[in-house]
Amino acid sequence: MTDTKPKAVRRLGDVVFANLAFFAGVSILATLATVAAFLFAQSVPAFTGPPIDAASEGFFSYVLPFVFGTVYASVIGLAIATPLAVGIALYISHFANRRFAQVLGYAVDLLAAIPSVVYGLWGILVLAPFLSPTFNWLNANLGWIPMFAGQVSATGRTMLTVGIVLAIMVLPIMAALIREIFLQTPRLHEEAALALGATRWEMIKMAVLPFGRPGIISAAMLGLGRALGETMAVAMVLSPAAVVSFAVLTSTNSNTIAANIALQFPEAGGNYTNLLIATGLVLFAITMVVNMIARWVISRRAEFSGAN
Amino acid sequence: MSKRIELKSLDVYYKAFLAVQDVSMVIEPKAITAFIGPSGCGKSTLIRTLNRMHEVIPGARVEGQLLMDGEDVYGPDVDPVRVRRQVGMVFQRPNPFPTMSIKDNVLSGYKLNNSRMSKAEAEEITEKALVGANLWNEVKDRLEKPGSGLSGGQQQRLCIARAIAVEPDVILMDEPTSALDPISTAAIEDLAVELKEHFTVVIVTHNMQQASRISDMTAFFNIAGSGLPGKLIEYDKTEKVFSNPTEQQTEDYVSGRFG
Repeated sequence: MTDTKPKAVRRLGDVVFANLAFFAGVSILATLATVAAFLFAQSVPAFTGPPIDAASEGFFSYVLPFVFGTVYASVIGLAIATPLAVGIALYISHFANRRFAQVLGYAVDLLAAIPSVVYGLWGILVLAPFLSPTFNWLNANLGWIPMFAGQVSATGRTMLTVGIVLAIMVLPIMAALIREIFLQTPRLHEEAALALGATRWEMIKMAVLPFGRPGIISAAMLGLGRALGETMAVAMVLSPAAVVSFAVLTSTNSNTIAANIALQFPEAGGNYTNLLIATGLVLFAITMVVNMIARWVISRRAEFSGAN
Repeated sequence: MSKRIELKSLDVYYKAFLAVQDVSMVIEPKAITAFIGPSGCGKSTLIRTLNRMHEVIPGARVEGQLLMDGEDVYGPDVDPVRVRRQVGMVFQRPNPFPTMSIKDNVLSGYKLNNSRMSKAEAEEITEKALVGANLWNEVKDRLEKPGSGLSGGQQQRLCIARAIAVEPDVILMDEPTSALDPISTAAIEDLAVELKEHFTVVIVTHNMQQASRISDMTAFFNIAGSGLPGKLIEYDKTEKVFSNPTEQQTEDYVSGRFG
């Protein structure tokens, strides 16, 4: 008896494309795994080798201020950037006339092309002196809020300045992404809201923002990723101290992990290098945790996402 | 409440393009008026002028007069948002808000007017609107579930519930069954007939049988050629339009000779 089943045709193009896609997907995982493995392997000597002067009180008391600084600076940056990005995206996608929206869109994209060294320089030379009077005012009038308390920095090179620089750095990518998502809002849903007698703003609240919510979170996470890992701008603006302090206007500010690595690495030798790499591993872990939380937040309302 | 709508030589434009020319007609309250005609004849464009949704498109405008119980809908001090709260609309494809539960969908229009309402009040409105849309029995146990989880026909009835929850004067339906199967279509048609007890109902349809089944009055629109404006050819009682039309074009269309 012969096999009468029709044979599935395997087309060359399909095979090539399937494999290409497969390797592209796998390469991401492979890269991630090698980076993680490198961080792990290189971190070990920091704990097993001879004690390090910089971390005489143990690794965790060494890394804690940097963890705090990293998260705090990024959170400030994101707290400023997210509402701004949503506003810019809404303006471009739903309010501005088409030609002006295009110009504005290009301008936002251009901001993304500025290297972070330039942002750092701009932060020191322009933003810090410019903000100094504002800082004094905040301290004088809102000093009872712990954030704005303390001795105001004379140079303006403070945590808040870093937060603002970070906000401006992550703004373009966030605004561009969110704009794209807002433009994807189905016309049907916008019309449904308008036909119910919604004003423009009510339509945005009913149809555009809820629909864009997962996208806004994703954009914020991308922005946060960049802010957490930002090195140059932070290293240039901050004069670091190993403290944990919520005050954003003083000259004693906790440094961030990335900036600390950049500042210390050229002078590091022996297992001090390993110590710095271990802090890098901590940064890696923070980023993963943040992303997992974001995934969870999005998936919690997947039923209502509009994707079904 | 249901209102009489009067169109007086209405011209509808997209920028410089005249889409519908010189329509004059009276749409009766507590009746179903069907707009029929071939594709591109402007019937959907015209229905969207009745709740000022036409002008949502940049450059779209209307000339002539549109009166609702004698009040000029396009008067200089008339807020289109107000008009739309009195004129409900159901679209070609079901469009419940995917990010809202069934209950929130029903209440969405109502909340625009009354941001504060008691829980009991909200439940009462939800039930009344869903019963009115013949959907209550199917969804009463899953009001908190997303509206997008319903079947197409149920979604369309949810949209009708959303439209009638605010107790409008007029319900506009722009080809409400063109994306639905025959059984869901029958449910919507039955519902339309019930709705005319309380509302002025205007329905755009591609389906001539549908128009003859449910409507009291039928308006036939036609277009002389592409790029030319759509015109109202004949407007009369539905039986008359389908059995003994005055115009040759209407005769040709309803007997299936073109379109």
